[in-house]
Order: sequence, then C-alpha cells, then structure tokens
Amino acid sequence: MTQTEIRRSRSALSRVESRQALGFVSPALLGLAIFTAVPVVLSIVMSLYNWPAFGERSFNGFGNYVNLFTKNPDFWPALRNSAVFTILYVPANIAVSLGLALALSSRIKGRAAFRVLFFIPVVTPVVANALVWKMLLQPKGLINGVSVSVFGVELPNFLADPTWAMIMIVVMSVWQGMGYNMLIFSAALEQLPDSVMEAARIDGAKGWRMLARIKIPLISPSIFFAVIMTMISAMQVFAQPQLLTGGGPGNSTLPLVMFIYQQGFKFQDLGLAAAGAWILFVIIILITAVQFGAQKKLVHYEH
Amino acid sequence: MNNSILPTGGGAAKAQAAGAHAAQVAVLGADGPEGPDRTTRRRKAAVDGVHKESLIRKILAYGFIGLAAVVFATPLVYAFFSALKPNDQIFSMPPKLIGTEIRWSNFLAVFEHGPFVRYILNSFFVAIAGTLIVLAVSSLAGYAFSRLRWKGRELVFILFLGTMMIPQEVLVVPMFIVMQWFGWVDTYQSLIFPFAFGAFGTFLIRQFMRGIPFELEEAARVDGAGPMRTFWRIILPLSSSALAVVAVFTFLGFWNSYLWPLITIIDFSTYGTLPVGLSTFSGQNGTRWDLQMAASIISMIPTTILVIALQKHLVKGISMSGLGGR
Repeated sequence: MTQTEIRRSRSALSRVESRQALGFVSPALLGLAIFTAVPVVLSIVMSLYNWPAFGERSFNGFGNYVNLFTKNPDFWPALRNSAVFTILYVPANIAVSLGLALALSSRIKGRAAFRVLFFIPVVTPVVANALVWKMLLQPKGLINGVSVSVFGVELPNFLADPTWAMIMIVVMSVWQGMGYNMLIFSAALEQLPDSVMEAARIDGAKGWRMLARIKIPLISPSIFFAVIMTMISAMQVFAQPQLLTGGGPGNSTLPLVMFIYQQGFKFQDLGLAAAGAWILFVIIILITAVQFGAQKKLVHYEH
Repeated sequence: MNNSILPTGGGAAKAQAAGAHAAQVAVLGADGPEGPDRTTRRRKAAVDGVHKESLIRKILAYGFIGLAAVVFATPLVYAFFSALKPNDQIFSMPPKLIGTEIRWSNFLAVFEHGPFVRYILNSFFVAIAGTLIVLAVSSLAGYAFSRLRWKGRELVFILFLGTMMIPQEVLVVPMFIVMQWFGWVDTYQSLIFPFAFGAFGTFLIRQFMRGIPFELEEAARVDGAGPMRTFWRIILPLSSSALAVVAVFTFLGFWNSYLWPLITIIDFSTYGTLPVGLSTFSGQNGTRWDLQMAASIISMIPTTILVIALQKHLVKGISMSGLGGR
C-alpha cells in the first residue's frame, strides 16, 4: 500500500477513529473531571465561604484571605517556616546529591549498589523514616549518645529547640529525598557526550576546571529541573514536621501544608484551609514561572 | 518531600516538573525503549582506560562515598538493631547496637499490637487496586493520545498536562468534601480512587507509545484488527517496560501516602494503612519504640525489595519522564 492510499483510507476512517478514541480516553477524562476539575472549582468556592466541617455555611467574600494575612496567628509563621525550610533544604539536597553523583560517576566498584543504598530512603515510607529519625534525635538517642560518650559534648535537645528542630527536619529530609536527584544527575552524567569530554581532556581540562567548565554546564538542564522539582516538593513538606515535631516547639516548624491540614481538619475551618491551599498553589506557580524566566540565562541547552 | 518520586500520593512535584518539562522531553522513540546505555558505557570505559585516573582522586572518591554510605545507612541499620532490643534499652548511654538480649520476638509482637495485620493488608489492597486502575486508565488514554488520530487531541493532551501542575496538597481539602458527597469518607474507595486519575501515568505511557514503529500497528489494522485488538495484542505488550515504570511509581505512591489517609480515614483500626498505623505505637502510655521500629522496618521491606528488584526500571523511568536531562 502506498502512503497516499494509506492516507486516503485513514481519512475515511477518521470519524470512526475519533469515536473509538473517545472510548479510550473517556475513563481518564471522567476521572480527571471528577477528581481534579471538580475539586479545583470547589476549592475556589470553599475559599470564599465560611465552611465549617459541620454546620451552616455562609458566603464570606475574601474574608478567609483577609483573615489569613491579618488575623491568623499561624499563617505568617507557616509561610516563613516553609520559606526557611525551602531555602535550607534545596541547596543542601542539590549539593549532596550532585556531589555523590559526581563521585559515583568515576569508575567506582559497586557503584550500582551504592546508588541503590542512597535511593532506598526515597522509597521507604516517609512515616517510617521520620519515626526512625525521631528515635535518633531523642536526648538519649544515638546522635547525642555518640557525642556524649565519644566526645564528651552534650548536644542540645534537638526537637525541643526551635532552631535545631528546623535544622534537623532539613537534615532528615535531605537524607530521605536526596537519592532521587542523585539518580537524575547520575543519568545525566552518564549521557555526557564522549566527543566533548575527549576534546576537553585533549585541551588539558582536569579536576575542578573539568567539573566547573564542562560537566556542570553540560548537565545544567538536569540541575535546573532538579532545583524546580525540589523547591516545589519543599513547599509541600508535611510528614516530616508532622511526625518529628508536630510543628513545634510553638509553631516554629509548622509549614504551610501542615497549617492547611490543621485549619481544615483539626480546627474544622475548611474555608480557611482552602484559601491557604490556594496561596500555596500560587506560590508554587510563581516558583515555576520565576525559574523558567531564569532558565534562559543560566541553563545551557545544546540545541 | 512527601516522597517526591511519586506520581500519585505525594508526588505532584515530580508530575509537575515532568509536565513543565514536557516541551523539552526528548521523544523516546529517538533512541528506542532499550536505550544506548550499554554501547555508550563500553565506549566510555575504553576512553577512561586511556586516561588513568590519578590514585589520589580515586582514594578521595572512595573515601567520600564510603563516608556517605555509612552516614546514610546508619539510621536504617540502627533502627533495625533497635527493633531487636527490649524497649527500656532503646535509649542507653552510651548507645549500644545490641542490647542484653536479641528479641526477634519484637517482630512478632508487632502483629499482635492492635490491628497491624489489617494495616498491612489494607496497604497492599489499596496499593494494588490503585495501581491496576492507574495502569488500565492511563494505558488506554496513552494509546488514544499517541496512536489514534482525532480532533482536539493535542488540546486535550495539553489540558491533561496542565492538571499535573496541581499538587495533591492543594486538592485534599475540596477532595474531602467530594468524598462526603459520595458518602466515601472512611471507605476503601476514598483511599483508591481520588488520586488514581492523575495525568502522570498517561503522560509517561503516551511518550513511550509514540516511539513504537507505526508499521507494526498498520499491518494489524490492514488485516482488519480494530483499535481495541491492536491495542491489546500489539501496543500493550510492546509497552510493558513503560507499564512497569508506571506500576512501580504508582505502587510506591499509594504505599507511602500519608496526608490523604490521615484526612479521609477516621476509623483507623478498620481502614488504616501502614503509614497511619505506624504512629499508633505511641500513645498515652508512652511510646513502644521497640515495636515502632520493628513495624517501621516491616513497612520498608516491600518498597525496598521493589527498588532492588527493579532498579533498572527506576533509572529508566527517571530518564523516560524526561527528568534525566536533555
């Protein structure tokens, strides 16, 4: 059959094919409508209402948003905590994961096994991970225990101190989440074009120069996406503070998602929670937009 | 953070980045599902052989990796040994790896502590059911988006991708109301369905299916096979590696999901999954750290096995979703 004949028969069949296609996508479309489109619209509506979990609802205009920014005692701290967490977590995560990926990119024996090891905390339940760290961080837990018995230094009670609690949530989160970026970077490093690497070597590039001038720029698209992704996931942090500190002491480790959860399902104010969720969403969109703007300047694309 | 790896459950982030990345994603077909890994590696090995790395750099690399490996493994190893201690020896000064006795019985005691068996069964049921739904829905849709021609296909697909931008955390509040409407609060349905229709699986499978040579399908079509038959007999079997990737990520997403079960499940002892069940070891009478550690280790086993068994698929999945770079 020639191309033209195929094309002609295709166009005759196209109406049939459209109908068939509808059959194939309809489960996905239906699901997306019910479980994404409806909630999105509903959450806009909810954010404009006094919407208690039980009892009368009433229209409230932008009251919930005004409440968040002017009255609610926990909202600004929650924003601040999310920001602090993100600012600490993202660079730490990228530095550790990129460092390990680079170290593992030279011909190391057993590097596949190392990669699996570093990746395991990514897939084990975050709840289990957090509980393990909660044990380690207790005043008589492993970390302080080793410090006292080996170095004779008594460390602060990590989870009871506002600053240390945040730092430890970051540390635990890096331990848990870093492996994913490491795999991304490893995959990118493995695909470095041999011709370029060879040319750089012939030109005498070595060590740091090779790293800073050749490798890093070549994998910068991967780094860029890892940064976006990690920032967005940092804004969504919930389980680690929920389990390690419960947001405390005070509200010093209460991030935005936990704030939303508490407003909605502890204090039963679903309207306020929905408004908070929209603010989270806007922040995430902004991060993405700003980074796409910065991308043009910072990222090297080959094409 | 909430397991950024996951397309469902905690994984809006990944889905989101993938969505944002869609424009740059190299079409899989370019180097085919198998990828050029092996030849590249061999060539690279040859090149590296010529330029011997200096001994010092190698020692540094091993030192760094070794240290990192110890730091990374310590929490899990220590948790495992803590699970074998009597509860009153978990916190001892100085810390000891092994207590006065090795209590394997802790791992059995976990199963007698509340409805722990139920949590495990619930987790398996929800994760497997959810994964099957995701596979069915997204392979069908992926097929329509990649192999069938219809009006508005690109538009609808972009709409699909757009929904990946919305993180789960934003949806949970209204989703709870939807569950109330359906009468699904405190049911298995509420654990399975709400996050089983994310666009991530469809996106990944569509990318993969686009790379399958058209002639294969054309031949079957000419022989009179309808799209359902072609899909089932030809395209789906050829897409098994993409399906495996989606299955792994989806299973992990459901298995590790924490925020949503916390919201939609009130009766933990009936519908609780492992993540919410793990926190039941601390109560008014203090925390049974020994059991909590044993339970945590148990909850890690299935996902760890999955990762070790399917490590190649995971790496492939990461590059397939376009996150692997250019």
